[in-house]
Amino acid sequence: MRWIINRRHSILLIGQRWYIFFPAVLICICGLIPLGYLIAKAFQLESSTLVENLLRWRNVRLFFNTIFLTIGVLITDILLATPAAWLTSRSDIKYPRIFSVLCTLPLAIPGYVIAYSLLALGGYNGIFASLFGWSIPRLNGYWGALIALSFYTTPYLFLNLRTALLGLDPSVEESARSLGYSQRRVFIHVILPQLRPAFYAGGLLICLHVLGDFGVVSLMRYETFSYALYIEYRLLFEHNYAAWLALILLTITGCLLYLESRMLNRVDLHKAGHGTSRAPSIIPLHRLKYVGYSYLCVLFIATVCIPTLTVILWLFRGFEASTLAGIFEAFLGSVSISIPVAIGCALMALPFAYINVRYTTCISNAIARIPYIVYAIPPLAFALSIIFFVKRTDVTVLVLISACMLHFLAEAIGPVRSPLYQASPHLEEVARSLGCSPIMAFLRTLLPLLFRGMLIAVALVFLATMKELPLTLLLRPPEYETLAVNVWDFTEEAMFAQAAPFAFVILIFSGIFVGLLIRKEE
Amino acid sequence: MVKMHMYIVIHILVMFLILGSTQAETITLYSGRGKSLVEPIILQFEKETGIEVEVSFANTTQLASKLMTEGEKSPADVFWAQDAGALGAVSKEGLFAKLPKKMLSKVPETFRHKDRLWVATSGRARVLAYSSERVNKDKLPDSIFDLTKSKWKGKVGWAPLNASFQAFVTAMREQVGDDRTEDWLRDMKKNGTIAYPKNTPIIEALAAGEIDLGLPNHYYLFRFKKSNSEYPVSQTFFKTKDPGNLVNVAGIGLLKNSKNEKTALKLIEYLLSSKAQQYFVSEVFEYPVIDGVIPNTNLIPLDELLKIVPKFDLNEMDDIDGTVKLLRRVGIM
Repeated sequence: MRWIINRRHSILLIGQRWYIFFPAVLICICGLIPLGYLIAKAFQLESSTLVENLLRWRNVRLFFNTIFLTIGVLITDILLATPAAWLTSRSDIKYPRIFSVLCTLPLAIPGYVIAYSLLALGGYNGIFASLFGWSIPRLNGYWGALIALSFYTTPYLFLNLRTALLGLDPSVEESARSLGYSQRRVFIHVILPQLRPAFYAGGLLICLHVLGDFGVVSLMRYETFSYALYIEYRLLFEHNYAAWLALILLTITGCLLYLESRMLNRVDLHKAGHGTSRAPSIIPLHRLKYVGYSYLCVLFIATVCIPTLTVILWLFRGFEASTLAGIFEAFLGSVSISIPVAIGCALMALPFAYINVRYTTCISNAIARIPYIVYAIPPLAFALSIIFFVKRTDVTVLVLISACMLHFLAEAIGPVRSPLYQASPHLEEVARSLGCSPIMAFLRTLLPLLFRGMLIAVALVFLATMKELPLTLLLRPPEYETLAVNVWDFTEEAMFAQAAPFAFVILIFSGIFVGLLIRKEE
Repeated sequence: MVKMHMYIVIHILVMFLILGSTQAETITLYSGRGKSLVEPIILQFEKETGIEVEVSFANTTQLASKLMTEGEKSPADVFWAQDAGALGAVSKEGLFAKLPKKMLSKVPETFRHKDRLWVATSGRARVLAYSSERVNKDKLPDSIFDLTKSKWKGKVGWAPLNASFQAFVTAMREQVGDDRTEDWLRDMKKNGTIAYPKNTPIIEALAAGEIDLGLPNHYYLFRFKKSNSEYPVSQTFFKTKDPGNLVNVAGIGLLKNSKNEKTALKLIEYLLSSKAQQYFVSEVFEYPVIDGVIPNTNLIPLDELLKIVPKFDLNEMDDIDGTVKLLRRVGIM
């Protein structure tokens, strides 16, 4: 009964606020319809060919390759991020804030640039050979992909863990200590279990990135479903089998999302007592402090300094003034996608953030969740379904921009939503009572409050689109150049000197934006 | 005053544009060859003939499938493809018109379709590249079938997912049959042959010491040698008529439904002229398809090349489907 009332209520609300729900529903439809085309395309394949193609050892290998890589990156990230998060939040090292910023910086370096630097470091022509006179073997395959992906996804786990560690209730630990637990046992039996939600959230992000990654696995020549999908698409006239590979990839992603929600349901960690929260206690490291410092520094050097230095050294080695025009063209190409996508996402995020904060019905919840589902779709699979949707030969810049907007919308919602939580609904009501129409009331009361959040959203999405590779690679019109595509193209051709300037420009932009975001946060 | 001049200049320019657009003949070219490669020669053609060429660039495979879906409605007059397989597929669909006999007379038979449906514009050869530091020139394998010997275990690199490699497999099937090709692919895989995404990384890997032998196209090495003549990689052919010595082509065809047939033929003729051929040879390091071009010192002469390549019909290169099935069976794709 309650549910029925609830539903009627929500339909009523939708009727009243159609100008919020209509764009939201429209965007949801645009995000999900291409998937229908993907499924339709997949089922066009004749059943005999399908059986022949699907039931092969190669697919089993691809499956295990994909899974092993995901698990490998997850474990590496846990090993790398947990000590870093603990050191910067609970130990007595100096300048914890600076170190935590340093641990976040790898976010600014796209995976394919890290892959580039790992490849360009070793070998006959590599930086290492020219600096030290002897060449180290080039990383590639599983280990190459593992290291490159771990380096750039570590911050996702680090940030989650650090926030969780800072928010822990110290009284639980104190009780454990008073009951005779040693410091180490407290960490293992009390702190770690409480970090589970953070591990799940960070882990989910990492898994989604690994499953969706194309740049790293293709450059490292490690065959996963993404890579196989791209090759099918590039080489063949018929794309039915490519559609199947995309479907498999989607299924794996779906299972992962389901698993995460099930695991999170079982966690129950809220505080039992009353009282205000206190800052968690700081644990002195004494002589071990230097181990802590060196760990953080080594992590920073490996994940940020080495990739950046490799790019810069190659830049100085092979720079030719004649390439400037090409760099500028690619730069313009990147920017003329990123700017409309960033602004579009910030605007599109408005109705979603509004629904998310102001409504709590099942329909509104479902709508608010869809951008995140679209975000979780591996980009190559998403791009392929859009190609089927618009017919691949009619791909224009507009299609690319729309696809990026739908994909990155989720990144824009968070920043727009947070100021909305703080804005009282009474503001609008007052405006309405003073004679404003609903739209005017929104524009005049809430929009000014949301402006700052929208700016952050613009910056975030701009940065993400500048670095974006797989969507652009499949959906760009022929000969449309962007920075990311150039880095990937030249690196795949093993032309490291030519790739360097493009990677360098990406790094500069990422650096500036991450810097701005960090300052804003503070 | 300056402003005045600007006005006049702009006026004249606009006049030119208007006059130009009414007078100039325009043709539409679908190019599967890259922009950086095609643009200079097309600009030259436009300058010399006053014909305007609208180029639509994309990947060769995609353009071939686009032509097939567009069928008779296609706006394209000419299709310039990167490899013979795509040309074969389009001609099998009956979309190409016959080219005039006279135009093709200077091109050797190997380089044109038997019914004159398309003609090659330049050639590229498959070669055996090797590390000049670690492999003695006299100890090189004679035939592509020797690469499966245990001596070369884990020391050979190939790019099995590259279009040019697949064209080579199609040709090999034509010459030695499906079974022998399949055996060879399986043995290569068993012998630990290392897969690279493209041709250039094979050359890089040879220099980096990852492999000793590689199977790329002929012109990639020259790019490396250009910037560093000491680059520790060399290349050669297998023994005469070995399947490993395939020559593949980039080629061009006139579409049946072209409304600008005469103009379009001018473009094809231009690409077969010694001027355009010289450009392919000197700038892109490719083989010419006509005689009388000043040879690139890095390349062996055309008639010598034609002697060592295996006998095969480029028209039979269209069975890409069969090759893909084979590669899937072997587990490469």
